Amino acid sequence: MIFDRKTQPIITFALALLFASTSAVHAATIDESINDVVGAVTGPFVQFIFSPLPGTEIPWIVLWLIIASVIFTFYFGFIQVRAFSHAISLVKGDYSRPEDAGEVSHFQALSTALAGTVGLGNIAGVAVAVTIGGPGATFWMILAGLTGMASKFTECTLGVKYRNEYADGRVSGGPMYYLHKGLGEKGWPRVGQAMAIIFAVFCILGSLGGGNMFQANQVHAQVVTVTGGENSWLYGKGWITGLIMASVVFLVIVEGIRSIARVTEKLVPFMAVLYVGASLYILILYADRIPWAFGHIIEGAFTGLGVAGGVVGALIQGFRRAAFSNEAGVGSASIAHSAVQTREPVTEGFVSLLEPFIDTVVICTMTALVIVITGVLHLDPQTGQYVWDAHAGQISTEGGLGGIELTSAAYGTAVSWFPYALAVAAILFAFSTMISWSYYGLKAWTYLFGEGRRNEQVYNIIFCVFVIIGAAMNLSAVIDFADAAIFAMALVNIAGLYVLMPVVKAEMNNYLARLRSGEIKKTRA
Amino acid sequence: MLQVNAGQDIVGVIGMAQDVFVVAYDGRDQHVVDVAIDYARKQDAQLLIVYVLEWSPFGFLTPTELADRHQQREKDLARAQESIIVPILEKIRESGITVEAQVGYGNAVDLICATAKEKNATMIFIHRSSSLSARIFGSVATGVVQGATVPTVVVP
Repeated sequence: MIFDRKTQPIITFALALLFASTSAVHAATIDESINDVVGAVTGPFVQFIFSPLPGTEIPWIVLWLIIASVIFTFYFGFIQVRAFSHAISLVKGDYSRPEDAGEVSHFQALSTALAGTVGLGNIAGVAVAVTIGGPGATFWMILAGLTGMASKFTECTLGVKYRNEYADGRVSGGPMYYLHKGLGEKGWPRVGQAMAIIFAVFCILGSLGGGNMFQANQVHAQVVTVTGGENSWLYGKGWITGLIMASVVFLVIVEGIRSIARVTEKLVPFMAVLYVGASLYILILYADRIPWAFGHIIEGAFTGLGVAGGVVGALIQGFRRAAFSNEAGVGSASIAHSAVQTREPVTEGFVSLLEPFIDTVVICTMTALVIVITGVLHLDPQTGQYVWDAHAGQISTEGGLGGIELTSAAYGTAVSWFPYALAVAAILFAFSTMISWSYYGLKAWTYLFGEGRRNEQVYNIIFCVFVIIGAAMNLSAVIDFADAAIFAMALVNIAGLYVLMPVVKAEMNNYLARLRSGEIKKTRA
Repeated sequence: MLQVNAGQDIVGVIGMAQDVFVVAYDGRDQHVVDVAIDYARKQDAQLLIVYVLEWSPFGFLTPTELADRHQQREKDLARAQESIIVPILEKIRESGITVEAQVGYGNAVDLICATAKEKNATMIFIHRSSSLSARIFGSVATGVVQGATVPTVVVP
């Protein structure tokens, strides 16, 4: 075994030493060097994923996601509406059998999957959408969240149905398994296997991009903002923040110190409640402007309100950031949902459809409303249009801020200390997202290279190195790569979902018929 | 709740002619068992040992814990049976008392009270905790005393 327990800390130390010594010599240029190298490698991949449909400005991948979610919505007869209250009953445990106590409950599968999705996409991603796409992006984001519930339902049902249950009791599930086995059942075992392999490769890239580099990058931005912005001693030294974060992630995923992860898992829901609470407080404070803000959101969705990209720009940004935030159609959450204890795979599908609702329809919308309502976006009072900063490629904002700094400034206008709380929340969200994605990536890795501690540790070390790279790169390069990698997962996943959706429909109809006939009863009143 | 069979001679006996005393056993305090044996002998009752692995379906787990949960549950149950239930059953059997045991996941207070009700127990025996947190936040014994539908003996 190459990376045994004794050599692991040495590797970390060597890594730290390497970065520290390099930075001592080239402190000013290390970030730029990383940007140049990684940017050059990821550039063509990003270009391919986001290339527009011929003759239009719309990236084909965004249409791929949204069309799928609309098709699933109609195919399953608006299941997100029909099964909404049943999903809540399942999460409450109304249908849980007493003998299953001690197994993974629906609530636990949902909350773990949510810890992976509720994160910086909800705070930083929304700010990016609103500054580039205008307030109208919020409308398309909500719409994508609502239709995305059907995509999530499809993939999570399949995740449980085709999961692997090993003799020792562990489970592995997710798109790799349903593509492989599901398409095999349909008579295309080779196609299924090939798609599973392609998905696994993209999942590893996604785990390193959106699930890692984007998170690390935005945490660094937050730390710099709260420690003095350009005057902060950390300004331009992303590798230092990256190194610290990489060390903590290393302790959790390589050394297996679960207590750190457990503390985060407990703090994340608390921070989420705090975040929603603060948003509600600000919305109540500006209650008189809520109708105005919604007016802008709807008007912007259909006119663009001065945004350079117009309606299409708002639409693309809304869809892009919704997909990045709730990951519906991407297939990632299906890996976490697969661990639930249930005899009915479709029940986990019902529960999972709450995920895009909570993540996008509730939390993302709140962030967007706060940004619009607090007036951090510059509006020309003469024309009623937003002021476009062509140089920055976004709506002109207070201090030229974008991303998480803008969200922080928006909340800071109403609650002076909130930027500090947001910084803590952002770090925790980012950390829990990283832990979740390290697991998703690891499952894809072990699908490709086989289970076993040595294989797992190789991936884990790579994951830690990417934390440092992500923190050091500039925002746009990281966001582009993160988006591209995650959307690439959806490319394969959704193709598989189209083939397997009749399987889900059969499961759904069978279950709903038994529920209606009273055969499936609540286990408690 | 998982039922742990204590032996061929015992299964199915509980709940017939004799009274049943539920003994809430935490795996450490033997005194509560001794007191229960004493009472059972005097009143010709049977004992039902209840051992609870504290668990909430609303707790938060990491993705790795999620995937390992079933395996972990099996291990915990096996360990509970091997190191806690088997020794205590042997000890009680040696005293000539009829005994059965149950190991369950959940909230200790709810599970102890529910088991007593389900098995038509006539008494519950439970150990008193004297820790600081028990004094401030209340203990399992306090909860059982409040929630039980039958007389409860709290053993110091």
